[in-house]
Amino acid sequence: MNSLRSITLATLTKDIRLEWRSRDAINSMLFFSLLVVVIFSFSFDPNAEESREIAGGLIWVAFLFAAVVALNQTWARELRNQVLDAYRVSPAPANALFVAKAVGNFILVSVLEAVMAPLFVIFYNLRALGPAWQLIPVTILGTWALVVNGTFFAAMSLRTRSREIMLPLLLFPISIPAVQSMVEATRIILAGDASARFWIVLLLTYDVVFTTACLALFETILQAE
Amino acid sequence: MKRAFPIVAAVTALLLAYAFYEAIWVAPMERTMGDVQRIFYYHVPSAWTAFLLFFVNLVASVIYLIRKSAKADAVALVSAEVGVVFCTVVLVTGPIWARPVWGIWWTWDLRLTLTLVLWLIYVSYLVLRKFSDSSQTPKLAAVLAIFGALDVPLVYFSIWFFRTQHPQPVIGGGGSIDPRMLHVLLINWLAFSCFAFVVCWARYRIEWMQREVDEMEAMESLHGVTQ
Repeated sequence: MNSLRSITLATLTKDIRLEWRSRDAINSMLFFSLLVVVIFSFSFDPNAEESREIAGGLIWVAFLFAAVVALNQTWARELRNQVLDAYRVSPAPANALFVAKAVGNFILVSVLEAVMAPLFVIFYNLRALGPAWQLIPVTILGTWALVVNGTFFAAMSLRTRSREIMLPLLLFPISIPAVQSMVEATRIILAGDASARFWIVLLLTYDVVFTTACLALFETILQAE
Repeated sequence: MKRAFPIVAAVTALLLAYAFYEAIWVAPMERTMGDVQRIFYYHVPSAWTAFLLFFVNLVASVIYLIRKSAKADAVALVSAEVGVVFCTVVLVTGPIWARPVWGIWWTWDLRLTLTLVLWLIYVSYLVLRKFSDSSQTPKLAAVLAIFGALDVPLVYFSIWFFRTQHPQPVIGGGGSIDPRMLHVLLINWLAFSCFAFVVCWARYRIEWMQREVDEMEAMESLHGVTQ
């Protein structure tokens, strides 16, 4: 248990330090989602009443696309110099690596959301009519839902040809219920016309189910060579 | 086993012909929908067969992960392929029926969306198998099949919140159906299940032969290197 925590922490701090020095992933994600926001605002009229109905969808679609950019880079670093092979033969628990990568992605996507959310509010004149604090659990659970499966499928698509395109092909179908829950919860909170509790509980269930599945099956994926 | 195949195939062909005759000429005309309702005898059996095949895929994938048996993997691949074909039939025949009866081709209702998402998940399963050429493909595919199966109840609950427009299931759903229609439906279901079984069997044999050929070629090239 102790080694699990220390290995997780070591891998996580290494990844964050590398990202902090290069800022490759975060910069490309930020610019990418800025582009998505601007292109969306040209595709329809972002006037206040209509945009409140669809803003939830726009925000999450932008974050989903941007998250794929980060997720694709998750394991690329470890392929160079055979780091992943070294990890495979070492006695370190596989799940420590997975948790570190997933938490790293979670931090990355959360930073992106913290920067982009105010921009969405400004561009689309958003104002939550429902309980705004509920957006916090929706964001945390929703981001985790995207990155936990995303990290897992990124590891899976390492063994395929053209892996950059493989990740969204695997991730999007499985993520449909999570995306629907995030979008519906956000829409309900912004419009303030009902309770978002059902969607938050569904999102929590999704997180619990798939976190368990990822932890149970990651070893199989890591050892697949 | 090999000799049984033509017999089973012939019986299935006869059964399909009989089921077609029953569906088109024997089954009574539906009072409000008319002849277009007869598509029901293809739509519903295809749906049941597709779901059955997806279930077979899940069981075979779990067996593969536990036992690492190549046969279980071949069964998983074959059932997913044939399942996607039957699921496509469901998704195509549904709108053909819905247009004259509901007045719309498609609606984001519970069963329609669930079937579409299932179709998407299994297409992504087949894409993964196509794109992954290492010897570990079966393992990755089996893991994806388990993820897909875990997703289905979540999709169900996420769409359950919306209103349902699809007709209630004819069996165990409180809907009423003419016993003669039910009879025709069950014959068609039997015929389609046999058809799916025969197709899976043929596909399984092809897959198995392909693997044997690949293995032999690999061995030959290996000998060529050593000589």
